[in-house]
Amino acid sequence: MAILFSDPFDTLQQFQQALDAFRASPWLGSGPSAGGASPPLNVFRKGDDIVVIAEVPGIRRSDLQVQVKGNTIRISGSKSIEYGQAASLHRRERRAGQFDRAITVPVELDAEGVKAECRDGILALYLPRAERDKPKTITVG
Amino acid sequence: MAESQSLEVQEKKELVSKEEKTVPARYYVPATDIYESDDALTVVMEIPGVGKDDVDVNIENDVLRVEAKIDFTKYEGLEPLYTEYNVGHFARSFALSNKIDQQQISAQLDDGVLTLTLKKAKEALPRRITIG
Repeated sequence: MAILFSDPFDTLQQFQQALDAFRASPWLGSGPSAGGASPPLNVFRKGDDIVVIAEVPGIRRSDLQVQVKGNTIRISGSKSIEYGQAASLHRRERRAGQFDRAITVPVELDAEGVKAECRDGILALYLPRAERDKPKTITVG
Repeated sequence: MAESQSLEVQEKKELVSKEEKTVPARYYVPATDIYESDDALTVVMEIPGVGKDDVDVNIENDVLRVEAKIDFTKYEGLEPLYTEYNVGHFARSFALSNKIDQQQISAQLDDGVLTLTLKKAKEALPRRITIG
């Protein structure tokens, strides 16, 4: 996570937020996460393959980057919110900011076959398991 | 500040409603921004996973009600291994303080974000009175 300490007044607050974000993320725990807390992910198994789904409402496709290396997937990008010419703001619950997250899955992946799809604010990554990593079925003679 | 701020994780809030739903599935409260300009009220809701045809917006007795259904068929055949958030339909309603012109409500859905523009009714528009 890139933390830029540009404004001396925000420095402590940013650092506290960064620590909070890491404390909230279970990257030393039993989860498959490898750092970063946002966006929250769900990991599914579909047959032999892994499907990772994240809710990314309001994030344009061009603002999303997905990288795969070995069995680690990195999702990064930024979300911005524009209010246009609003006279007054009544309620502000949506959050904006940058995110950078990596997740390690316990199987070997076929990096060439990874597909990413983003529709209606849902990012879905289809991660095919590498052919050499698939279990072999042995018929009992 | 805004440039280098990191995106916080937002816990999804489950809907607690006065009326219960007849179906037992869980509903969530979409994160919402509401802002007002001189002639309209804009309501922006995050409803990831909802298609255009599955959003229901109505205004009755000055209550704006939005219900959005996710397409659950996409999750069929998926076996959860590790989860950080739950998935469900979205519902939320707001009591409107301004009179809204019911005929002029426009809705747009982009990347899971629903933007409702509610034009104020003529009698609710601010009038400038010139002192003669």
